[in-house]
Amino acid sequence: MSAATQGLVRLPPWRARVVLLVLFAAFAALGLRALYLQALRTDFLQEKGEARYSRVLEIPAIRGRILDRSGEALAVSTPVKSIWAIPSDVVLSAKERAKLAALLQMPAAEIDRKLAEAGRDFVYLKRQVAPDVADAVAALGIKGISEQREFRRYYPGGEVTAHVIGFTGIDDSGQEGVELAHQQTLGGKAGSRRVIKDRLGRIVEDVESIRAGQDGADLTLALDAKIQSLAFGALKSAVEHHHAKAGGLVVVDVQSGEILALANAPSFNPNNRARLTGAQLRNRVITDLFEPGSTLKPFTIALALESGRVSPSTLIETSPGRMTIANYTIHDAHPSGALTVAQVLQKSSNVGAAKIALGLPREAMWDLFRRVGFGTAPELGFPGAAAGRLRNYRTWHPIEQATMAYGHGISVSLLQLARAYTVFARDGELVPLTLVKAGAPAAGEKVLSTEAAREVRAMLELAVQPGGTGPRARIMGWRVAGKTGTAHKQENGSYAANKYISSFVGFAPASAPRLVIAVMLDEPSAGEYYGGAVAAPVFAQVMQGALRLLGVPHDAPLEPLELPGEEAKEST
Amino acid sequence: MAKLNLLLLAVLVACALGLVTSQHRSRKLFSDFEREQARARELDIEYGRLQLEASTWGLHQRVEKIARSALGLRAPDPRRVRIVPAIVPPEPAR
Repeated sequence: MSAATQGLVRLPPWRARVVLLVLFAAFAALGLRALYLQALRTDFLQEKGEARYSRVLEIPAIRGRILDRSGEALAVSTPVKSIWAIPSDVVLSAKERAKLAALLQMPAAEIDRKLAEAGRDFVYLKRQVAPDVADAVAALGIKGISEQREFRRYYPGGEVTAHVIGFTGIDDSGQEGVELAHQQTLGGKAGSRRVIKDRLGRIVEDVESIRAGQDGADLTLALDAKIQSLAFGALKSAVEHHHAKAGGLVVVDVQSGEILALANAPSFNPNNRARLTGAQLRNRVITDLFEPGSTLKPFTIALALESGRVSPSTLIETSPGRMTIANYTIHDAHPSGALTVAQVLQKSSNVGAAKIALGLPREAMWDLFRRVGFGTAPELGFPGAAAGRLRNYRTWHPIEQATMAYGHGISVSLLQLARAYTVFARDGELVPLTLVKAGAPAAGEKVLSTEAAREVRAMLELAVQPGGTGPRARIMGWRVAGKTGTAHKQENGSYAANKYISSFVGFAPASAPRLVIAVMLDEPSAGEYYGGAVAAPVFAQVMQGALRLLGVPHDAPLEPLELPGEEAKEST
Repeated sequence: MAKLNLLLLAVLVACALGLVTSQHRSRKLFSDFEREQARARELDIEYGRLQLEASTWGLHQRVEKIARSALGLRAPDPRRVRIVPAIVPPEPAR
């Protein structure tokens, strides 16, 4: 027994050393591995670890709403879903395909075609579908088909407000109109942040904000939805009734310079822009130029009055209704004899206006046109606002000075014309226009003497009385002042014989002007084409409704207006 | 000495538990906060949708059409309309 014990105790000493060595080696290996992981591969491992719980979230910015002056929505972004697929993952049975096609309202063959597009690992089946349709698609549970939330812009006003508001593209960024002009404020900024999510996908901790996001701000326009609707309706029916190619109308608040309504016809539906033509899209009021014709005469006369060369009662000889300057003859539609300056405007005599203009220095005329805003684009922040054409006075020939007196040889936009008329409505002050709600009276820029502006205002009131060119512009209850215009259209550098642009610009109530309205119809071809017959009734209709909507006090007796059988025909 | 150590150990354990609980509470609160924020966003979107709906129903042309055809309303003769100023001056208090 003792021998056996002895044998056990006496193990060879190397065995213990081997064990020690093995253990030591194992620890050394662990240590090295730890060193390798902790020191050398630490970044990679930390990244992998974080990927298990940390997520970067994109925060899309919601586009701001566009509202009218009383807060009615004119453009709102609302979420829709887009259905997309990974073609290689999609397994479709015939039945599923038919269901999908029915839900998305597209032929089954088109789904096949989209899925079969070679070399694509991401394809949109349909963008911007209604949320309930998207839910139904999700309920089919087809592998490889997913959906994604997007925003779609809706325009409840449809064609009524289309030209002012414009529209956005499929990615919700502005492409036309106010949507484009105010893209910065409306669009906002998409943000992103890193968060920690738990097992159930709930966010438990905000780690960092990578980019601070911001939703787009709402934009309140100066537009009054009711007046806009009224204006569009009146313009549209006039364009149809007179078989005109197009028309434009703008309503300006004299005190604040706010644009209360701006309508164009033909229009388009911004919610469905499948078949759009350039003609429908153009905002004629702001971007199109035309020769204004007689609506420019008041400026010539105002300048003559201001310079003291004439008074409203100065006689101007206009017979025999023609005047020849350097091979060019100016005509009056209805030749009259000697007319006072006030009658020249009332009867809209071209010869009279030309004679008055020729007594004025070229530079002064050019200067006044510049000061009332012709030749420079209005600072409206609207894409494509036209500046118009006003040549430097140094290049004017006498005949050009004469024709410019009655609005030929110069081109303006309807908006410029409306703005220029604020000079008469505000005792000589030109008011800057704005599409965004201001809510406060705007400071004007004095460009004409108060006396001259008031004298022209009185003449403009005469021009809509019986015996003037625009009696159909009158309305019951309010005094109106304004001027008709009928201009031959320019085509390929010369004037077309039977194509006209009919216009009317005026304001009311004449005792304390509140609104300026400018109306223009392009190529009325149903017989009538004089501004007094085509454009003036539209003016009257919109002015009457707008003044009533705004609750402007009456300044004329409420008596039915007698319409004369024959109204004076203007010359241009 | 041993007693002090034990006491410190107990304090340490208590602190550790406290930290765990407060961390948990903070995460829970944060997730609630997130949920409410998401709800606020959804409500804002819903508000936009309702605004859109209201605008569509209240479209001027639609109202006018219904007023004219279904209800047989018409604009009164201007002679029968009297316009009163919107702001009535306050009567002197006496």
